[in-house]
Amino acid sequence: MSMAQLLNIFPGSPIISAVILFIVAVFLLYLARNPTHKAIKSIARVMHSGMRIMSRSLLMAERKLVERNREVLLTAGAESVERLIEREFHRVDAVVRRDLSGYPAIQRALAEQIAKIDEDYQESTELPLPPPDWVKAVETLATLPSKGDSWVANILGEVHKTAVSQYKNGMEEYRKAVAVRHGLLEKMMPYWRKLSLTLDDVSKTIAGLFERARIIDNRMKDYEEIRNKTDKAVRMLISSSMTQFFISALVLLIAIGGAVINFNLIALPMSEMVGGGSYIGPYKTSDIAALVIILVEVAMGLYLMESLRITNLFPIIGHMDDKMRHRMIVVTFSILFILASVEAALAFMRDQIAADIQALRQSLAEVKEFQPVNSWIPTVGQMVMGFIFPFALTFVAIPLESFVSSFRTVIGVLGAVFLRWLAFILRLIGNVALHLGDFLVNIYDLLVFPPLWIASMIKGRERNSKVLLEEEVSP
Amino acid sequence: MRKLFFFPLVALLTAGCADTTSHTRGVYMLLDSSGTYTKELERASAIINYLLGTLQPGDTFGVARIDSGSFSEKDILVKMTFDNRPSVTNQQKRLFKQKIDEFVSNTKGSAFTDITGGILQAGEYLTETGAGQKYIIVFSDLKEEIKKGHVRNIPLELSGCEVVALNVTKLRSDNVDPRQYFDRVERWKERVESGGGKWRVINDLNRLDAILGG
Repeated sequence: MSMAQLLNIFPGSPIISAVILFIVAVFLLYLARNPTHKAIKSIARVMHSGMRIMSRSLLMAERKLVERNREVLLTAGAESVERLIEREFHRVDAVVRRDLSGYPAIQRALAEQIAKIDEDYQESTELPLPPPDWVKAVETLATLPSKGDSWVANILGEVHKTAVSQYKNGMEEYRKAVAVRHGLLEKMMPYWRKLSLTLDDVSKTIAGLFERARIIDNRMKDYEEIRNKTDKAVRMLISSSMTQFFISALVLLIAIGGAVINFNLIALPMSEMVGGGSYIGPYKTSDIAALVIILVEVAMGLYLMESLRITNLFPIIGHMDDKMRHRMIVVTFSILFILASVEAALAFMRDQIAADIQALRQSLAEVKEFQPVNSWIPTVGQMVMGFIFPFALTFVAIPLESFVSSFRTVIGVLGAVFLRWLAFILRLIGNVALHLGDFLVNIYDLLVFPPLWIASMIKGRERNSKVLLEEEVSP
Repeated sequence: MRKLFFFPLVALLTAGCADTTSHTRGVYMLLDSSGTYTKELERASAIINYLLGTLQPGDTFGVARIDSGSFSEKDILVKMTFDNRPSVTNQQKRLFKQKIDEFVSNTKGSAFTDITGGILQAGEYLTETGAGQKYIIVFSDLKEEIKKGHVRNIPLELSGCEVVALNVTKLRSDNVDPRQYFDRVERWKERVESGGGKWRVINDLNRLDAILGG
């Protein structure tokens, strides 16, 4: 039945028809009020409960993920700190081996120097022999008054002369002795200096060891924090991972830029080798060949870094014995060197092909050919770039390792945040559904308010009459 | 880490094995040097030079004249499939240009234009090359003039070919009745499309990039 037919129940008066329809509809809605309320409320409750359960399970998953992240982070952090502490101990060991292993020799040298200094010192302390005792007697005689006796005066004069000459001789010997002492003391100077320098070296070594000990102390504190699984340690590790993630991502982007330039450098000449008209899928074979060369270079770089134990992406390489590792280093470096030489040759060929294409285009366009100034500069530049890039790409392994290790943490943190937000949104939807149910019930009641009002009036009257009856019945 | 390299490689090889479509292009250009159209050959030379600069190693290019009474093999000026190596391709292109230049400087006008014969020959040649994209470029006013008794009202087999009419100049009679020009172009369009080909007209020679671009 269409709306027009409905509005034509009373032909010619659609308003009356509409009013009657409204009244009937309201009455029917009133009759269906209780089941409709129940249906709306049950749907709202189902939505609310379902969303709540989903939200709770998501929160549980988020907690598990956070816990797992925490475990992974702490384990990785502990491993990292262990490695750092191990490295510090290696350094201490190296210092001890290098400097303190020669300590007995230093001690012997010091002892020899001290003995030499002591000997010189002893020698320098030897005083000249005092004047003999009779000199005092002669001095006494020489100072006696002569009282006009020329013979006595002569004797006394001779005695005086002897005393004076004795004094002079004594002074001369004393000066000589002092000069010898000074000479000995002067000879002591280089020994003192050597001694001082040796002690300075020992002091520096000891200071270096103290510094290393301080660093180890700090690392041990961090390690203890990690072992105790404190929140501070977790925060510190997350922050460190985030920083590493962004820095390594930035460096990787730079490396990708370098790889793209490298690719453009060798893609054109590769078409001379594998053909410019062959395709693998929608891609030119020469492009794929150039890409494969670059990827092989990156892979060789990774293996080289692993063999050098700079990175730790492949434990199997790290666990190899030293002989095998050295072989790996030689092999990977040789392959890299060959690839770098090939790239340099390809870069040279690229320059030749590009120049030929340029000349052809100029002749096709009927333009007079021109000779570029200093044309060897770009050729050499391209060759150098072609040779350098493979070795430069080797170092991609370092940021790649940081990126991979920190990516795990970052993804874990982002996953936890995502789950938390999803749980919140589901809970919000559940609550909104519950309140929407109440709202719909109220709207429903608003639609059927006339019969509701009449019903409440009738109930009110019945209640009043009951109260009156009870009052009459009660004494 | 191994997976990082392994899966793209497998995907690449799978895609490479599955894709058997040819990526090369085949271009066959028909030159009309009959009557007043001989003057247009300088333009044709410029277009050929442009195409030589655009075509890549592995592509095929042929140029033939359609000014004989009946198209035959000897009307083919030069045709070659470029080598896969860019350096050899460049040498081939130089040789190609040289032959075209010789033709343009020595050619004389003729009284006939066998476009149908040229298109049939071009279609067959391009199909034989196995090129992925096949273009037949008709540098003509599209006015066919054949010897008496020759039948050219035959269906064309051009499936997979794109026929590009270049520099379709208006004849003196077209100025009297422009409908003749439109009828001529429309008739060729119908013939090409009924033969399974695509039809395009490019009169603005500043838009040469549209020849192979579609």
